[in-house]
Amino acid sequence: MRWAVVVFPGSNCDRDAEQAIRLVTGDAVDLVWHDAEDLSAYDAIVLPGGFSYGDYLRAGAIARFSPVVRAVAREAERGKPVIGICNGFQILTEAGLLPGALLANHHLQFRCEIAKLRVETNDSPFTRLYQPGEVIRIPIAHGEGRYHAEPEVLDELRRDGRVAFRYVENPNGSVDDIAGILNARRNVLGLMPHPERAVIDWMGSEDGIRMFQSIRAHVEEGQTHA
Amino acid sequence: MREPTPEEIRDGAIYRSLGLSDSEYERVVEKLGRLPNYVEAGIFGVLWSEHCSYKSSKVHLRRFPTTGPQVLQGPGENAGVVDIGDGWAVAFKMESHNHPSAVEPYQGAATGVGGILRDIFTMGARPIAFLDSLRFGPLDDARTRYLFAQVVAGIGGYGNCVGIPTVGGEVQFSPTYRQNPLVNAMCVGILPAHGIVRGEAKGVGNPVFVVGARTGRDGIHGATFASAEDPEEKERSAVQVGDPFLGKLLMEACLELIATGAVVGIQDMGAAGLTSSSAEMASRAGGGIELVLDRVPVRETGMTPYEMMLSESQERMLVVLERGKEEVAFAIFRRYGLEVADVGRVTDDGMLRLLWHGEVVAEIPVRALVDEAPVYERPVGPPVSSKRASIPEPSHLAEAWLSLMRHPNIADKSWVYRQYDTMVRAQTALGPGMDAALVKVPDLDKAVAMATDGNARYVRLNPRKGGAIAVAEAARNVAAVGARPLAITNCLNFGNPEKPAVMRQLSDAIDGMAEACRALDTPVVSGNVSLYNESRGQDIDPTPIVGCVGVLDGIFRRMPSAPREARGLKLVILGREDDDLDGSLFAELACGEPVGDAPYLDLAAERRLHELLQRIAAERAAVAVHDVSEGGLAVAIAEMAIGAGCGASLAAPDGVRPAGWLFSEAQGRAIAAVSPDALDALLHLARALDVPARVAGEFTDAPCLEVSFAGDLVRVSLADLEEAYRTAIPSLLRQDAVDSRATL
Repeated sequence: MRWAVVVFPGSNCDRDAEQAIRLVTGDAVDLVWHDAEDLSAYDAIVLPGGFSYGDYLRAGAIARFSPVVRAVAREAERGKPVIGICNGFQILTEAGLLPGALLANHHLQFRCEIAKLRVETNDSPFTRLYQPGEVIRIPIAHGEGRYHAEPEVLDELRRDGRVAFRYVENPNGSVDDIAGILNARRNVLGLMPHPERAVIDWMGSEDGIRMFQSIRAHVEEGQTHA
Repeated sequence: MREPTPEEIRDGAIYRSLGLSDSEYERVVEKLGRLPNYVEAGIFGVLWSEHCSYKSSKVHLRRFPTTGPQVLQGPGENAGVVDIGDGWAVAFKMESHNHPSAVEPYQGAATGVGGILRDIFTMGARPIAFLDSLRFGPLDDARTRYLFAQVVAGIGGYGNCVGIPTVGGEVQFSPTYRQNPLVNAMCVGILPAHGIVRGEAKGVGNPVFVVGARTGRDGIHGATFASAEDPEEKERSAVQVGDPFLGKLLMEACLELIATGAVVGIQDMGAAGLTSSSAEMASRAGGGIELVLDRVPVRETGMTPYEMMLSESQERMLVVLERGKEEVAFAIFRRYGLEVADVGRVTDDGMLRLLWHGEVVAEIPVRALVDEAPVYERPVGPPVSSKRASIPEPSHLAEAWLSLMRHPNIADKSWVYRQYDTMVRAQTALGPGMDAALVKVPDLDKAVAMATDGNARYVRLNPRKGGAIAVAEAARNVAAVGARPLAITNCLNFGNPEKPAVMRQLSDAIDGMAEACRALDTPVVSGNVSLYNESRGQDIDPTPIVGCVGVLDGIFRRMPSAPREARGLKLVILGREDDDLDGSLFAELACGEPVGDAPYLDLAAERRLHELLQRIAAERAAVAVHDVSEGGLAVAIAEMAIGAGCGASLAAPDGVRPAGWLFSEAQGRAIAAVSPDALDALLHLARALDVPARVAGEFTDAPCLEVSFAGDLVRVSLADLEEAYRTAIPSLLRQDAVDSRATL
């Protein structure tokens, strides 16, 4: 399979995602510049972390106007797995591909540490190799990671099992401890933690491996069925 | 406003406001053979400033060893470069941003980080890590808390955004820095050993470009400001403002451009902006440079040549390209949305010539600006003699232990480093909180170890020994994680060099550092001097900061500072057991000021210890190793126990003074946590390398630390130690929000 890692001006976890995917899956990975208008050649799309456009104005607020975001939306509509990590999550909410918004951490500081997450569902292309309720350790590094959504949106997320991950100890004031969510079709995941930073023992955790393996397994299965 | 004429500059001594002394002005007139105009006088003023010319320190800096088989590039370039084997090299440098950070802490620190970043990538190196060495006054002061919080935020604000992890450094607090905080930023990058790019304006006729941000009126006089007393009396506009997003684009574009081979020379427009970058690049190539200032992109209309030459607007590079390769560069810069302007060309007449509206507005021999800048042999005062101190024996050792754990110099710094992205690039194998950071080289089973260190108390008590200790500690930190120390960079933060006592500190500290560098085979490959760190006539304690870089072959050999699973592990003290409290933090707290000599140091023994630490890591003879530094054995053991979440029991040798054994800061020591079956191997290694090693105790199931002294027992609960250690800094900062508003 072939992965696209989208690079916006100011992305800074693009190479990290590329190297993690290569290491975990051995698949082909392309770094795709933000002016790309067609992503149909890819089986999975990653919007990496970083500070697209310096996070000026508001994290993700400028990046959403990049041509590539339209292409991402198109592929998402076709059901391809799209994962937005950290700044990628912020861009997905700004672009309307995921509900809610990411606000400044309640303590107003940037926070970087290995966070414990509870996997809330394994019914998704991103989490199928985890156990529901399993606690995993994945690094976080963000200043604007406080998930916020209107009560009716939260009800819907909870009702449909679209909260993918919750923090065991909430590091940023996110509503309902939410660390990552799925879209209604369950093929778009946004999460603040960085699975690409948890794929080798010396990184301090290997719990991110199964996220990339899950995506791969999902795509492979789809290809077999087709 | 009309610029003063050459005669007015002379008659009204206007040159003084440009940073030139009377004798320096006379030297300018002599070099030029005529009176300088306003632009020329301004250019001399900044380039001959202490900050740019090192005029007070130069004669002393020559005593540093700067060569060795590992050195690919020594001092004089944008950064030093050392060989790490397998065709790879590391570029690194540390720089101070003390004065701007005292005035505008967020931007002062952020632009310090941005500036050192550009120094690294201009060498052709991909930056892989930042470290920051910070010094502030005590946190009981609202302004200090504001400075501290904002400096940390500024470092994170820039470093996090450009996507380079901040993996280490240190923070210390002392009244000496109350008016004069220190912000020293270090950057480390990797490059192919044969891929070094230099800041040279070579090749007559080659075009010269300004790339990146437009030139504005910010930061004018930054360099002279950094060389003056009492920055608080200076204007805030001398501080620059950083744009990390632009910095990131500039880094990516420049690295991409350098990889094409089209770049002849490249330099950051840092202190003294266009002036220093053009003059230094021409000087290194032994040629000249001609700039047409009308073509420099500016932020606002009406900027004069003087303002353009002295602006310190951030995120600008001066690039000399190979003629004919311009289109390659333009395509790359366009892709990143960066502005690029052809502003001049390389000449062979040895002149820095500036044109404006078709007229020559400045014409100065480059040699006069750079090579013939004044060099001062300032008077050096008599040596500092350290006095024996009588240090009262504490009545309650456990309480003394806790108060050291609670001291902000020792207490947990995670409040600081969790505001930094320590893991971006996904190569951080050991991050902050360890003796040294370890960052992997992508695609190789090799890592770069790095640490900063510098204890002003030791240097104040004994400048020579204190200087040597700074090098020894930084190198020991690198060795403690298993790596081989290769070379150092440094920032020499001192007071007013016009005072003989300060010059004595500087001169002696340099001698001590040089001695340690030779003993430990860690030459100086880059560095920076920051003088005039004084406020209202009061100089800071002499604070040389050392950044050491080393290499570890085999990532599996990395040695953490605390074991993950500690029960049953033996604790082995490596190095000489001492009970002398000279220069210790304990003694300072007991006596109210630093007392005695600097701690014990034996450089030959130090070197043997560093070799032992590398062997221990290579042969996996220990599970964790922690260097003994401020607070002595007691603090080192407590930090290991807290990290492991496990108690420990130790016995001191007979006849030692308990407080001395616990809190002595004698150098050349480390503690190893060793599994019982590896103990013989470790002791054998130590014997072979002639390093004292004693099995002093073990980790236990008990929730406390116990040390027995010939019958007497000192016991502290692990929970109390951890509470003191973890809550000290956050609780000192609790009132912040309100305070920072009050002091703004």
